[in-house]
Amino acid sequence: MYVNGKQEMLSKKISLLEYLQQKGYQPLYVAVEKNGCIIPRADYQTTFLEQTDTLEIVQFVGGG
Amino acid sequence: MIPTKKEMEQCWDGRFPFKLFEILQSSMVSIAGLGGLGSHIAVMLARSGVGKLHLVDFDCVEMSNLNRQEYDVRHIGQYKTQALCQRLLEINPYIEIVTDTLRITAENASTLFSKSPIVCEAFDMPDQKAMLINTVLEQCPNTVIVSGNGMAGYGSANTIQTRKFNKRLYICGDEKTDVQSGIGLMAPRVSVCAGHQANQVIRILLNETENELC
Repeated sequence: MYVNGKQEMLSKKISLLEYLQQKGYQPLYVAVEKNGCIIPRADYQTTFLEQTDTLEIVQFVGGG
Repeated sequence: MIPTKKEMEQCWDGRFPFKLFEILQSSMVSIAGLGGLGSHIAVMLARSGVGKLHLVDFDCVEMSNLNRQEYDVRHIGQYKTQALCQRLLEINPYIEIVTDTLRITAENASTLFSKSPIVCEAFDMPDQKAMLINTVLEQCPNTVIVSGNGMAGYGSANTIQTRKFNKRLYICGDEKTDVQSGIGLMAPRVSVCAGHQANQVIRILLNETENELC
């Protein structure tokens, strides 16, 4: 699996929500694209990741 | 004395090709949040000749805003939409401005922005930024977002960049420095980030996005 351009190994089938939590992302602060499509926030828990997927994740920080 | 619309147009015309001016004059840009980013983006777009701005914010100007936002003491207590309108009309009396003085939510964002070709995300809080961006990407298929992400503190301004996340989302900022880590927000880096956002808006309007590093 590629995440933000870097290759990663998936050890088991995992939901996007679990992945984000494992990697220390705050799910309420991110936008995620999987294989070129934006994943709706309501689908993070039901979207499962596969080794062939490409993810782009952006996490927002405070200030403006 | 206030110049006539024709005098102002002639002045603009002398600075860059009329065709580009016409495109900017006929363009509309929405700005979500009128704080340090949004108020500066609005002023820069008004100065650049963008003809119509849609300004959205629920908040009033406070004294604590004056360190980095485009307001002054006369505006304290006024709605930011109202205060910024006044400021923009002083710069260009002929700009068209539509304001919505309300809090943007996941429920109303699509109604507010689905007809906007470009929305500048200029919020303060990370959950609000993510809410707006996800909602617009999910529900407004014809809208491009230019977001500000990471401009706190006084570290090198060279770390603030513009990158294309996808065809409909550009991210400006260092993507790291967080105001919640206690480093504060200061006018220079906030203005640099706002400048990136305003410049990216102009590049999109003038169709320069194919020829790009970001």
